[in-house]
Amino acid sequence: MTSIWPQLEPILPKVARPARYIGLEDGSVQPHHDPRKVSWLLLYPDTYEIGLPNQGLQILYEILNERDDALAERSYAPWVDLEAELRSRGLPLFSVDTHRPAGEFDLLAFNLSAELVYTNVLNCIDLAGVPVRAAARRPEHPLVLAGGHCTYNPEPLADFLDAVVLGDGEEVVAEITEVVRDWKASGRTDGSREGVLRALARVPGVYVPSLYDVAYDGPRLVAVTPRFADVPDRVEKRTIADLADWPYPRRQLVPLTEVVHDRLNVEVFRGCTRGCRFCQAGMITRPVRERPAEQVRTMVAEGLRRTGYDEVALTSLSTADFSGIEEVVRAVVDDPVNGQQTSVSLPSLRVDAFTVGIAAQLQRARRTGLTFAPEAGTWRMRQVINKLIREQDLYDAVDAAFSQGWRRMKLYFLTGLPTETDEDTLGIAELGRNCVEIGRRHTRSASVTLSVGGFVPKPFTPFQWFGQNTVPELHRKVGLLRDDLRRHRSVQLKWHDPKATLVEGLTSRGDRRLGPVIEDVWRQAGTFQEWSERFRLDLWLDALARAGLDPDWYVHRHRTEDEVLPWDHLSAGLHKDFLWQDWRDALDEVGLEDCRWTPCYDCGACTGYSIEHIVASATPPAGGSQGTGQDLAAESSTPVQLLARPPQARPAQAGAR
Amino acid sequence: MRIRFRFAKTGKVRFTSHRDVARLWERALRRAELPVASTQGFSPRPKVHFGLALPTGHESLGEYLDVDLREPECASVDPAELPQLLTPLLPAGLTVEAAALVDRPGPSLQEAVTSCSWRIEVPGADLAELTAAVERLLAAPEAWVTRERKGRPVTDDIRPAVAMLAIAGSLPPDRLEPGVVLEAELATQPRGVRPSELLAALEPPHQEGRVCRTHQWIALDGARREPLPAPTTWAPHAQARAS
Repeated sequence: MTSIWPQLEPILPKVARPARYIGLEDGSVQPHHDPRKVSWLLLYPDTYEIGLPNQGLQILYEILNERDDALAERSYAPWVDLEAELRSRGLPLFSVDTHRPAGEFDLLAFNLSAELVYTNVLNCIDLAGVPVRAAARRPEHPLVLAGGHCTYNPEPLADFLDAVVLGDGEEVVAEITEVVRDWKASGRTDGSREGVLRALARVPGVYVPSLYDVAYDGPRLVAVTPRFADVPDRVEKRTIADLADWPYPRRQLVPLTEVVHDRLNVEVFRGCTRGCRFCQAGMITRPVRERPAEQVRTMVAEGLRRTGYDEVALTSLSTADFSGIEEVVRAVVDDPVNGQQTSVSLPSLRVDAFTVGIAAQLQRARRTGLTFAPEAGTWRMRQVINKLIREQDLYDAVDAAFSQGWRRMKLYFLTGLPTETDEDTLGIAELGRNCVEIGRRHTRSASVTLSVGGFVPKPFTPFQWFGQNTVPELHRKVGLLRDDLRRHRSVQLKWHDPKATLVEGLTSRGDRRLGPVIEDVWRQAGTFQEWSERFRLDLWLDALARAGLDPDWYVHRHRTEDEVLPWDHLSAGLHKDFLWQDWRDALDEVGLEDCRWTPCYDCGACTGYSIEHIVASATPPAGGSQGTGQDLAAESSTPVQLLARPPQARPAQAGAR
Repeated sequence: MRIRFRFAKTGKVRFTSHRDVARLWERALRRAELPVASTQGFSPRPKVHFGLALPTGHESLGEYLDVDLREPECASVDPAELPQLLTPLLPAGLTVEAAALVDRPGPSLQEAVTSCSWRIEVPGADLAELTAAVERLLAAPEAWVTRERKGRPVTDDIRPAVAMLAIAGSLPPDRLEPGVVLEAELATQPRGVRPSELLAALEPPHQEGRVCRTHQWIALDGARREPLPAPTTWAPHAQARAS
């Protein structure tokens, strides 16, 4: 079978938003299938609207389709209405590019960006006509792979994945293609699956769960050990040394129907060394690798011309830290073709007036709302999480924003952080009230939205040992804020469902024993759990009970230093003793500087892989104090304490304030 | 200066919504670097005016769009070149058939169009049975259908809106099941009657398969004509692009 489009066509009028399933995006390809080529199906296990913009998937799509020996197509989780139609007609999951059955590809490669999609992964494998359990697959079945941030603890999905890729995918997909090409050439004979998995395990960055034995002592994990000598004890992540070598996506996909982040996206750097202790992305993507400003300018100009978008986002974990930011902003704004109508967005604004100034240059039109992420309500709490924003930084930023025409601020916070007291929680409300007061000096319609999420400790962060707050405790904290803000109608409070936070915590730090739980929830039709209208805590609790597992043990328990963690046999380059020291420092309310501009504290990410930060400027970005520590001592009444280390020459201080 | 475009929407792209098509056009117009006029104010939008919405999933050989261009930059724009310029900037299946200057004081496309012609596939229908059902409807003085409007059932008579209805033949052989093709002309004033409502009004009711809007009509000085005539070569071209 080549395409199921003729069977699909009569079904699509019956389902919601059928444009999700037709492909045809500008930038998409209709690859020529050839038995000698390795065929990849890149899957995002959520709806098309969420999955299409994913940059990682788009980058790999292009890189693979540029190869002579590979091709790639895409697929997204069909919504429940189409799933029901497919199942009732015996039709499989399909690619959106050529509507080919998913089971006909050599590889099903999932992007895992969030834990709550795990049941969708199983559903997609099943809809592809492939056994959900890796052990039941035969040589004719595709290899099932996963990459993305969640793969730093893939253990809950170990039963279902053939192989897992850690870190940047740009280089490793070539090596995987070669292994699979050889497997195809050998005829995929009976029993050959074990051989190809062994070969994949020898590729740096590739983890094959089935090649490891797991030992438990009661509830405790004792060891995860390779079953063969040629399988590594510890799998290290892959890191591309220089983003300049990878100017992808060159042809960003332009969807026909509206999706999230529906704009041109240009990644300006990867990695972050701010050192926010709750932030897994910042820890696992080190070191910082900036794209040259000239390349950013070219990608923006060419991308806008090619796509017809009137908005471009400069993406990274903290774009105001990009050392070429002013140069790039000036180039976009001054471009005679695009400049007048193009708006530029910085998806992660740093909290300071300098950043607002940049934003003001960029968003000359449509100045409606700005978002900042102070993350915690008091300075003490922000020292614990190492998000070193002074209150004054926030007030300066908010004042600058309201004075320059913005009318709505959104502030992101976490609650349930380590050592958090009710005073810290209520500090969130106080910041919100003060921001509204500042706004009222400029506009009567000033409003502030406080968005509060329950904190989920993540692997490979200093908080990986912390016992997550319980659902009642998170509810109590949200209740404190609601009571406190009841009479302040200009301050709106939004919060995430603590029940979903519980399941996220379960899957983010769980081990292989959660496999049957995930399978159970999926079999009870528990798909799209990240969608609040579909989330069902009861399915998870029932499944845990049936498996004899205790959610408290997985989620709410503090871990000890000597405990074997389910991801100890994987590595993001970070030394475990660095993370433990940072955890102790957090409990002591001690901050840690951004190592881009201060001496190395040997977290392991650079030294372990013999790579370095690539930062165009030795000078920290102007303005603000966040994380750099550089100008805190000068003005702050509460100077951050820095870790004791031998005095060394510091790079030049930031000039502009 | 206002330019009217006539375009076709065929094949897979028919599953995009009216709103999707509007955004596809806005991006294509920017890529073509045409001097499109903008609205004034806080958040300027391009001055682009669409005709009657086409239900998602229906094809069309006669969709329309009016675009206002800025003076004086528009002087360099030759409407005759626009179909060739814009079609490659739109997804496969959206084909620009014609473009021409229009006089500004005319009514909007939505107001001007009074009826649409449709080609309606009825899979699974028996030719003799459907022929009889069509004759019954045409002979009846009224035809009541119930539809949902703002969550409430509304019943009204669509018989006055059926200007023409006829059997056009059998379904093309590449369809999954055999059936019958209908041709109909349905009024758009005071409200646009949908082909699905027409089939629901038949006795017994039928379900639509593929549906194509073949023409939109405006009344001018008592005569019926299209907002912009199609060039004589359009049909094979549009069909070839349909997937």
